[in-house]
Amino acid sequence: MIQPIDPPSATPPPAPTEAERAELRRQGILLTSLEELYNWGRSHSVWPLQFGLACCAIEMIAASMARFDIARFGSEVFRPSPRQADLLIVSGTVTKKMTPQVVRLWNQMPEPKYCIAMGACAISGGPFKQGYNVLKGIDRFIPVDIYIPGCPPRPEALLHGLMQLQEKIRGQKISGPEAPRHLRSDRPCDYPVPDFGEHDLVPPQNPDVWHPPAPSLPAGA
Amino acid sequence: MNSHPYAFLALFAAVAVAFPVALLLVARMWFRFFQPPKPGAVKNDIYECGVAPTGDSWIQFKAHYYLYAILFLIFDVEVLFLFPFATVFTGLPVGAMLAMLVFILLLAEGLVWAWRRGHLEWK
Repeated sequence: MIQPIDPPSATPPPAPTEAERAELRRQGILLTSLEELYNWGRSHSVWPLQFGLACCAIEMIAASMARFDIARFGSEVFRPSPRQADLLIVSGTVTKKMTPQVVRLWNQMPEPKYCIAMGACAISGGPFKQGYNVLKGIDRFIPVDIYIPGCPPRPEALLHGLMQLQEKIRGQKISGPEAPRHLRSDRPCDYPVPDFGEHDLVPPQNPDVWHPPAPSLPAGA
Repeated sequence: MNSHPYAFLALFAAVAVAFPVALLLVARMWFRFFQPPKPGAVKNDIYECGVAPTGDSWIQFKAHYYLYAILFLIFDVEVLFLFPFATVFTGLPVGAMLAMLVFILLLAEGLVWAWRRGHLEWK
């Protein structure tokens, strides 16, 4: 009895498991993919924009100095131009008057770019949330990747946030529906710059990025 | 191999051209196959620290500082040549002495010109 030969299938061979990779590494063979190589290179050269807003910027500066040494993570190159930067660290209170400038800088950074909201003010307005002139969170206009709570967060917290961002970059897909926006042609990369109007920013938020939370009614109302 | 002693310069030049061209080609292929370019009006705008730009980025600077450059040249270059001139002053042949005097005269003429135009006055 003759077994019929299987027709050649289009499915690729299964990817080597982690144990097989470890065994290959012991033999001196490194396996990688374009995706891993790309993400590895990018995650270790995240260049921040040289951009400080308030007291959190002091902690950011401290993180870049010798004691905390952000250079260990490849991010010591604070670029003075958004054209060369990968990361926008919104370090401090964003007033409504400053918001158009922040959003314009974010727009002028080339993709792939990431945003860290550092401190309570950049996340939600923080202690100045009730103020008439403070933006209640930069995520109303910019897609924020990492939130770092604190008032201000210590340099270690910023380094932790940077490590979390590196984790995120390493997990990004290079193609397919889960790819980040900069690798997809159907996702726009424009973020409208708001106007500093007479009473508030016009528009007060970017509806593509942020929606106001639904009002929570008290129980029994 | 008995090649020209400067043949390695041709090799250097070839590598110096091929390396950046290869990198640019890889970047081009990356954009072609993976990352679609997405230019935008704000993105391509002039960078002025986040503020909305006014006017053109190609502006003319005032060229007033060329006078200071010229005066600096007169004094600085003169000193540069006068020091070696002074050390061998007594042992110079006539030709070298004449050449040096012509050089000093040329620079002195420039100084006289700047003086008469009033460029030495502190404004």
